[in-house]
Amino acid sequence: MGELRLMKGNEAIAEAAIRCGCDAYFGYPITPQSEILEYLTLQNPEKTTGMVVLQAESEIAAINMVYGAAACGKKALTSSSSPGISLKQEGISYIAGAELPAVIVNVVRGGPGLGTIQPSQSDYFQSVKGGGHGDYKLIVLAPNSVQEQYDFVKLGFDLAFKYRNPVLILSDGAIGQMMEKVQISDFTPRWTEEEIVQMTGSWATHGKPETRKHNIVTSLNLQPEPQEEHNHHLQRKYKEIEDNELRYEKFFCEDAEYVFVAYGTSSRLCQKAIQLGREKGLKLGLLRPITLFPFPKKQIKMATKKAKAFLAVEMSAGQMVEDVQLAVKGKRPVKHFGRYGGMIPMPDEILEAMEELIAKVEKKEAKKAQKKAKKKAEKEAKKQKN
Amino acid sequence: MSISIQDIIKEENKVFSKTKLLTDKVFSYCPGCGHGVAHRIIMEVIEEMGIVNQTIGVAPVGCSVLAYDFMDIDMQQAAHGRAPAVATGISRVFPDKYVFTYQGDGDLAAIGTAETIHACSRGENIIIFFINNGIYGMTGGQMAPTTLEGMKTSTSPHGRDLHQMGFPIKMTEIVAQLDGVQFATRQAVHTPSAVRKTKKAVKKAFENVKNKKGVSFIEIVSNCNSGWKLAPVKANEWMEEFMFPVYPIGDIKG
Amino acid sequence: MAKIRGAVVVDVERCKGCVICVNACPTNVLSMSKDVNGKGYSFSYMENPEACTGCMSCSLVCPDVVITVYRMKVNE
Ligand SMILES: Cc1ncc(C[n+]2csc(CCOP(=O)(O)OP(=O)(O)O)c2C)c(N)n1
Ligand code: SF4
Ligand code: SF4
Ligand code: SF4
Ligand SMILES: [Mg+2]
Repeated sequence: MGELRLMKGNEAIAEAAIRCGCDAYFGYPITPQSEILEYLTLQNPEKTTGMVVLQAESEIAAINMVYGAAACGKKALTSSSSPGISLKQEGISYIAGAELPAVIVNVVRGGPGLGTIQPSQSDYFQSVKGGGHGDYKLIVLAPNSVQEQYDFVKLGFDLAFKYRNPVLILSDGAIGQMMEKVQISDFTPRWTEEEIVQMTGSWATHGKPETRKHNIVTSLNLQPEPQEEHNHHLQRKYKEIEDNELRYEKFFCEDAEYVFVAYGTSSRLCQKAIQLGREKGLKLGLLRPITLFPFPKKQIKMATKKAKAFLAVEMSAGQMVEDVQLAVKGKRPVKHFGRYGGMIPMPDEILEAMEELIAKVEKKEAKKAQKKAKKKAEKEAKKQKN
Repeated sequence: MSISIQDIIKEENKVFSKTKLLTDKVFSYCPGCGHGVAHRIIMEVIEEMGIVNQTIGVAPVGCSVLAYDFMDIDMQQAAHGRAPAVATGISRVFPDKYVFTYQGDGDLAAIGTAETIHACSRGENIIIFFINNGIYGMTGGQMAPTTLEGMKTSTSPHGRDLHQMGFPIKMTEIVAQLDGVQFATRQAVHTPSAVRKTKKAVKKAFENVKNKKGVSFIEIVSNCNSGWKLAPVKANEWMEEFMFPVYPIGDIKG
Repeated sequence: MAKIRGAVVVDVERCKGCVICVNACPTNVLSMSKDVNGKGYSFSYMENPEACTGCMSCSLVCPDVVITVYRMKVNE
């Protein structure tokens, strides 16, 4: 077992890549994730593990380098922050269409446009609803600690290769820049050429031997029928991913009457808000999606049995909240609270928002109870008259 | 003694036949299109060098998007213009393999200019085949960066006006300036002697990859009969008369 | 005297009738058919086979790689 180290979130991504046997990283500088490229160039793993590190001329080039390397059956990684991820979307769509395994990191900053370099969570839609063109899904992992930044790189590659699907690690500027203790793993050697051929020989391009047909990596079907069939196949795969790869975490949910739904940095802030609320006697809980696709729809729906209302807390104007609403299906009130444009909400602000929601729900409940009591009294009065 | 044709047509007398690195699929190209000859030459060289198991090609978006259906080697299809970046990714993780891109002028000289220039500038150990037909063939004959002055296309219907639409771009001259480029040449495939010269250049390019010399950039000035609205033989004559003065044939570097 | 004789075989069904080979043949061996193939293209054939030297010019420029060339020395 490796050592314990104090690391920045971005460095953890880089170190994890070197140690999990990643073959190549292609990236382009952008705040707040440039440390990934800086750390990797400083470590220069090409001299140790043989991992390639290359500063590309743009995010577009970087994602297409990932395409090329991934289509060789290699573990390829890229990272960026929001504006750069927008540029990568065409490439990500091609990677999804051609069913290539790859890991993409988005250390989100505030937008739209050039926006701000401060942390944000306003790329949720872009991450889980497509982003690029066509019907496709990414597996989206949302770390909320530096340890998870580290762990999700290996997990990302495992999932990417299991499903031959791009995996997005949706981080944010706060986790990327934050320093925490990280349990470092031992080095996993990169796959040898023989292992790669053995594992990916049925689809990847290694140079055609006499023994097989030529492998072609493409996302093109000129005819609509095979393209529809390909889409069916992709949809079946996404269903399988939904069935098998859901990850989430519950925090004080057993007796919670009011439930936060939050991922990443917001989920940590909600934990603090829960602590403050519980001190006041409020029964608060948190459901934290760790995978954003797949999304814990059923778990949120189940929570409606006990919970009276949900508050989606995001550093955005309200994106994930739509998926919470879809899961709750109108059975309970679902509200959104967020600071955005690079602002991070304080736990007491979050608690305040929850208390407002609670007050509204309780007022409604009281009214309902009053109405009920009134009706009952009227009924009784009628009875007595008769 | 008169000899019958059947006496000549015998296996032992065969001097030219299709390389086995071309599949049996009929090319999707228009009659007379130079893409076919370019495909064949590249495949012949790979076969002759015996490197098929070490070669990976990258197809572009353009008429030759389906090159992977015709070339019986491992291939990837790249997004429009991004083939040099894709090839970079391949070559970096497989430094001992032969990696080439095959791109049109819209793909390489318009949308993919940045990828082209930087792959060349980094000196990636790859070959870039650049099929310059002065037009966007696949999308129905729109103006390309390489379209000649006065040339009519569907988006320069009155002829390319230099003031309005700018000048034809000479990519091979541009990339020849870059230190990462070892070999830059402009060739054609419309006559037997042009084909022989091009094949020599292609061989040299693959040798360069073997010796890790950086980028070999081979432009092939070619026809687009459909886009130019000329019969194939006429198109080749037009190409000699009008394309070659702007895009002169020959080695530019290396 | 030794003489070089050649012959070509055109894969008729794959020929697209572009005429480039006809134009490239230095000894005017080739010509285009009056009939058409399955795809509706007129195809190239040896109209004047005695003149073929097997020089491969036609096959080198054929965009669809449909010409196979044979060559032999004949003593006359
Ligand atoms: C991002 C994107 N933009 C535009 C297109 C449409 N498109 C397809 S091929 C092409 C031009 C191809 O021209 P060229 O590269 O010269 O190849 P040719 O067909 O002439 O061989 C364009 C604009 C596309 N597929 N993708
Ligand atoms: S459109 Fe032009 S480039 Fe495309 S196949 Fe036809 S002739 Fe060739
Ligand atoms: S081999 Fe030479 S002589 Fe014979 S048909 Fe072809 S071009 Fe003509
Ligand atoms: S060059 Fe080839 S395709 Fe064209 S007419 Fe001759 S044989 Fe047919
Ligand atoms: Mg073109």
